[in-house]
Amino acid sequence: MLLLGAVRYSLYTLAKNAVTGHRHWPPAWRQPEPKKKYAVVVIGGGGHGLATAYYLARNHGLRDVAVLEKSHLGGGNTGRNTTIVRSNYLLDANAKFYEHSLKLWEKLSRDLNFNLMFSQRGVLNLAHSDPQLDEFARRGNAMRLNGIDAVFLDRAGVQAKVPLLDCSPRTRFPVMGGLLQPRAGTARHDSVAWGYARAASARGVDLIENCEVTAMRRAGNRISGVDTNRGFIQAGKVAIAVAGNSSRVAAMAGLRLPIESHVLQAMVSEPVKPMLDTVVTSGIAHMYISQSDKGELVFGGDLDGYNSYAQRGNLPVLERIIQAAVTLFPAISRMRLLRTWGGVMDMSMDGSPIIGKLPPPNLYFNGGWCYGGFKATPASGWCFAHTIANDAPHPLNEAFTLSRFQRGFLIDEKGAGATPGAH
Amino acid sequence: MLLIKCPHCGARAQTEFSYGGDATRERPAPAAVTAEEWLDYVYLRDNPRGPHLEWWHHAAGCRRWFKLRRDTATHKFVP
Repeated sequence: MLLLGAVRYSLYTLAKNAVTGHRHWPPAWRQPEPKKKYAVVVIGGGGHGLATAYYLARNHGLRDVAVLEKSHLGGGNTGRNTTIVRSNYLLDANAKFYEHSLKLWEKLSRDLNFNLMFSQRGVLNLAHSDPQLDEFARRGNAMRLNGIDAVFLDRAGVQAKVPLLDCSPRTRFPVMGGLLQPRAGTARHDSVAWGYARAASARGVDLIENCEVTAMRRAGNRISGVDTNRGFIQAGKVAIAVAGNSSRVAAMAGLRLPIESHVLQAMVSEPVKPMLDTVVTSGIAHMYISQSDKGELVFGGDLDGYNSYAQRGNLPVLERIIQAAVTLFPAISRMRLLRTWGGVMDMSMDGSPIIGKLPPPNLYFNGGWCYGGFKATPASGWCFAHTIANDAPHPLNEAFTLSRFQRGFLIDEKGAGATPGAH
Repeated sequence: MLLIKCPHCGARAQTEFSYGGDATRERPAPAAVTAEEWLDYVYLRDNPRGPHLEWWHHAAGCRRWFKLRRDTATHKFVP
């Protein structure tokens, strides 16, 4: 492996640096000036863009790659999500893609030599009605047929797994059972960006921060490069990985997308002692919750419900999510919130992502992640890098084309139709 | 909390309203529509960062549908 200025993290290097008071660790990645020209320019230095750059170098030997980030690495949705990783999907295309992602997650800390604090604590979906139980049985069976772990729990099983959950029959959302994916869990979101950044930089990828793309230049039907606030950068291939702002960047190439931007809020409570050792979600109550390693309860729910590029939301949605959380977990009713925040979601028209080629022959697109972008990070980078390097999709992202909307091959997990806010 | 100006009831809290999305789209005549026009109408959006003309429904009020222009970066309603 080509290592540019990187030190391998190990017990030995930790001990060695401890002796000198940790004052001599080299920076985790280089801060190069942008070159005039790259074989591949990736727009967007979040988890997906960084993973793409890493796999371009690692899997395809492409090192003449730049990642352009308008702010700092991982400062968008990578640092705003609620860190959940799972692959509990019904439809084949989604199930296979996200399961590949989960398999990559299981070895990622070692692969990147960076502790992602990946914790397979399980994700439990709650059923509050008989039809939902039927749906869970169907989805659980579909998952198992696709080789994914799924465990169907009755009410007693749910109560045993989550003792503080109100499973009494007279509550607002009576618990009828649940679907558990034991291998799912959480990971530390910032370290995913940092781990990929460090590993990509060590392989020769240039990570250019504070470099905002302002326009794309054309030469014939191809994109010749991008204008940025740090000058023009010529590119053999241009790859977009800017979920949240996909429509704005695609518009630079004159394209309209089947995507709307919506704000999704999340929040954390003050830290408390361990009380919840799995991730609990309720689709009916629009609430999901887990406990971070620091002890904070991390929870969230639904979109605010209208188009938004503001990375902040409004209070009515927060109030509804908190009501649901307190109803399901009465023990938390007197805890205080520490902070709330919002992120801008690329809501696609069928609730599934788009990874593939755009009409200019050297332009590639990765976006439309809805709420599912974080867990997809490794597989997204893996498949997007394959698509860019080979100018053809990987088998796992063949179905996630932009043209599926025109051809009628939607991947609509919920069957919600072309209503982005409903996925 | 957004304060939304219903043309019939005046300014009310956002919790009384439901959202109807991009109001610049116009449904093409079904008899003469091409596949491209249908794709454009059903799926493609401008999705601007800035002023956005959109449908709102005063669902828990007078039940009127109306259009407003709102800035998607600031959430402020604009003329």
